[in-house]
Amino acid sequence: MSFLEIKNINKTFVNHQALSDVSLSVPEGKIFGLLGPNGAGKTTLIRIINHITLPDSGEVMFNGEKLDAKHVMQIGYLPEERGLYKKMKTGEQALYFAQLKGMKRSDAMEKLKYWFRKFEIEGWWNKKVEELSKGMQQKVQFIVTILHEPKLLIFDEPFSGFDPINVNLLKEEILNLKKNGSTIIFSTHNMASVEEICDNIALINKSKKVLDGDVNEIKQQFKENVYDLHFKGSFDKFSASVTTDFKIENIRKENGNTICRVKLLNGTNTNQLLTAMLQYGEIVGMNEVIPSVNDIFIRVVERENKS
Amino acid sequence: MNKIILIIQREYLARVRNKTFIILTLLAPVLMAGFIAVIVYLSTLESDKSQTILVNDHSNLFKESLSDTKNIKFTFADKLNDDMAKKLITEGNYTALLIIPDSIQTKRLNLISENQVNIGTKMYITKQIEKKLRHDKLKSMGVDPDIIDEVNPEISIRTIKINKEGKEEISSAEAALGIGYIASFLIYMFIFIYGAMVMRGVIEEKTNRVVEIIISSVKPFQLMMGKIIGVALVAFTQLALWITFGIIIMFAAQSFMGDTANVQEQMIQTQGMSPEVQAAMNNTTFNDIMTPILNLPIALILFSFVFYFIGGYLLYSSLFAAIGGAVDNETDTQQFMLPITIPLILSLIVAQTVMQNPEGPVAFWFSVIPFTSPVVMMMRVAYGVPEWELILSMLLLVLAFIGTTWLAAKIYRIGILIYGKKFSYKDLWMWLKFKG
Repeated sequence: MSFLEIKNINKTFVNHQALSDVSLSVPEGKIFGLLGPNGAGKTTLIRIINHITLPDSGEVMFNGEKLDAKHVMQIGYLPEERGLYKKMKTGEQALYFAQLKGMKRSDAMEKLKYWFRKFEIEGWWNKKVEELSKGMQQKVQFIVTILHEPKLLIFDEPFSGFDPINVNLLKEEILNLKKNGSTIIFSTHNMASVEEICDNIALINKSKKVLDGDVNEIKQQFKENVYDLHFKGSFDKFSASVTTDFKIENIRKENGNTICRVKLLNGTNTNQLLTAMLQYGEIVGMNEVIPSVNDIFIRVVERENKS
Repeated sequence: MNKIILIIQREYLARVRNKTFIILTLLAPVLMAGFIAVIVYLSTLESDKSQTILVNDHSNLFKESLSDTKNIKFTFADKLNDDMAKKLITEGNYTALLIIPDSIQTKRLNLISENQVNIGTKMYITKQIEKKLRHDKLKSMGVDPDIIDEVNPEISIRTIKINKEGKEEISSAEAALGIGYIASFLIYMFIFIYGAMVMRGVIEEKTNRVVEIIISSVKPFQLMMGKIIGVALVAFTQLALWITFGIIIMFAAQSFMGDTANVQEQMIQTQGMSPEVQAAMNNTTFNDIMTPILNLPIALILFSFVFYFIGGYLLYSSLFAAIGGAVDNETDTQQFMLPITIPLILSLIVAQTVMQNPEGPVAFWFSVIPFTSPVVMMMRVAYGVPEWELILSMLLLVLAFIGTTWLAAKIYRIGILIYGKKFSYKDLWMWLKFKG
């Protein structure tokens, strides 16, 4: 069941179209990766979901209801362009944001204490934000985003500015939130993290949605009959005998083995490849090459830009 | 609604707790009082220093008329030539040398000194000699010396206003002018200082990138109004504190002045004047100052002050907020500031004209046009303004601030979400027309 349903959204700014006829469906309790090059319209889409800007046409359904200002309380948003009041004390500031999201002061206080302890920044409660390190500020920001236990979380480039240790901490927390039933929209350029944590993705390019669906299904769609063949033996003989049925994409050496990436052409299958190979060396292994999200991203964007 | 209160609270506390604000608020009246005290002190120092003036009077006419005062003593040199007299000055025995030539027809005297003689001394000498000359001239024309002494042209005018019912009130153009000027200048100053504070607040939120987090919870309009109202409360706090301090300092000064009054009383007694007469004199002058002030329409002035203070501030601060929203940093604000500062400064200039003619067409138009009315009308209220003009002016001000707030909110809402770009008036115009 989809938690957030975006239907035929159009948005035009003074000089350009930011979104044209974008429809998306974000399933409940999943992590949804929103990908796209800079200026594709991701931020505009996120702002529309946050009820910051309104679409020119189209609608957004939030948990079955038409998106309204009241739903904003059930959304936690960590913008890419983020910051805090530098001169304000950390704890006070976190309380302020929590109250703006409609939390009671006492509830907010209790939860904040918990999270400050968990993120090991409880000693900084009474310090001004400008005295905190960048990483700590990011932690505070993260806490503020999730404190009111929103049903929908939107993270725009959440890992930028974090060191690897904190990136892991954050990933764990995001996965925890998912486990507790939150739906998460995750907008990023960091493809490795997309692969790691996203269940679904959508790719937006030049104001249009060009691709969406389950990550694994998309990967399956984009695989191109390419296999890595690991073997011991002479490669030259094989390449000399290669027929038009196989195309060698590249060859590399690893741990004394030769790894050859081969694309199957003309409807040939792996058995035929293996048969062709057997006489030239000892086959150690073979695996199918599944394209990474990064490859898919580049491929799709380039294809779109050409057309 | 709850949220706008939260925002007001934050904006208010963040500023009131700020060290600069506290220091400035506490220090400004102290500095002001100190400044005045220093001036007063220095002037008493000046008058206490006694000066001895050597007079070389070749005409032998002025021995009687140059009488000594508390601080100025005259010594008349007998049969000295000017060069010898000058030598005495350079030796430092006298403050200055006054040379009166044989014939006074040239009307030019020389006052020679090592250091510049102060202006009071110079004026005193000039006045005494003029008096003597006038006296002699009249006498030579056959006027009785008693009549000459009786002609004392020092007069004072009491202004009395009469209304339709024939009720008379002692009024004072000076009191009206003073109150009007202070009130309009305060409004001018607070609009400028606190309008700019709103603008800086908006820019700070934008450069800190806090703004996007906040407007994911509240509407941009709520944030803008919360900030404007929060800052207005800061302005009121400061004004209230200053007035309180002002009153305290005034009382302190009064008790201090009271001491000096005692001294004066003693002096007068030694001079043989009865204290009752002195007290009566004091009372008249005090009443002469206080009556016209109390006869001003105090309630109306107070009400107008609060009204124009709030109205003018709201009118301008929303524009300041819009500018803050449209720029990335304070240096970029200049191109947009001009249309705001010009009417404000103009209104202060016009206020000077209004001072002289509070009923003229200039006074009327500028006190009705909303952008100048807060400052200009305040100048006029103390003089008395026809009711319909006041109502018209206030009505237009309310309409204007609703209008500017509405326009400013449109610019603000779009501006705060766009970073790192510079905008022209054309862009702002597009934003105004832009929906969503």
